[in-house]
Amino acid sequence: MTVLLVVLGAALGAPARYLVDRLVQARHDSVFPWGTLAVNVAGSALLGFLAALPASPAVTAALGTGFCGALTTYSTFSYETLRLAQDGARFYALANITASLAGGLGAAYVGMVAATALTT
Amino acid sequence: MTDPARSVDPDVDLHIPGQRRELSPSPWPVLVAVSAGGVLGALARYGLAEAVPRPPGGFPWATFAANLSGCLLIGVLMALVDQVWSGRRLIRPFLGVGVLGGYTTFSTYVVDTQRTVADGAPGTALLYLAATMAGALLAVWAGTAATGAALARRSRPADQERYAVAGQARETGR
Repeated sequence: MTVLLVVLGAALGAPARYLVDRLVQARHDSVFPWGTLAVNVAGSALLGFLAALPASPAVTAALGTGFCGALTTYSTFSYETLRLAQDGARFYALANITASLAGGLGAAYVGMVAATALTT
Repeated sequence: MTDPARSVDPDVDLHIPGQRRELSPSPWPVLVAVSAGGVLGALARYGLAEAVPRPPGGFPWATFAANLSGCLLIGVLMALVDQVWSGRRLIRPFLGVGVLGGYTTFSTYVVDTQRTVADGAPGTALLYLAATMAGALLAVWAGTAATGAALARRSRPADQERYAVAGQARETGR
């Protein structure tokens, strides 16, 4: 049962990343990977929110492990960072690391605070 | 700056005409490939997390291993996609966007770091944060470099053969 919920969440999360990435790139023609940053920050906020909720294991499996896990990505993030660094855009590479870490940690924290505020 | 023929974003890079057009005439082949790959990748990550659960305040080994191995594999895959499989339309969406994107995770990385701090182990959390970042970048570099070198070694004899054939053709044509 839990496995099926992970499957369901991931089946939606992965194409959501692809579509959001396209949408962001279509609006921001830039070398900086805004699309990946956007999904990673949004997914971190949602997972932070879920982590602080008294959520059932079913919700955690579907939305947390499945959806947020597939929506966010480390492989794409690190590949982009390496490409930027190798192509001479070292400032962008460093900015991508800093923005992803600060944005992800900050968003997850805000998600946790929001969940705590809603449940207490 | 960046080479326009190679994608910076391995998920999708709209600077590359083939990827800009890949949702037409129908978006479904690409979206289904991404979704199916994402399910396989997420199941592998879930299996790993179930096998090696994160102890309270302990190092999140399962997510660490998934992220580092996924980064090594995206390096291998993108070198192959750029140099060998450039004409194959669904390989990158299925294996790169789907399987590896679903297998690796940024959200769990971030939330596990905060949980480890909350568990009273900030040193472990900081080590995890830095080791994943450094390890992931090293892994993606190693994957790209090793695959690039292997492809260069493999293509060299074939190139020489092709030049020889071309040379013969020129001579017989003269």
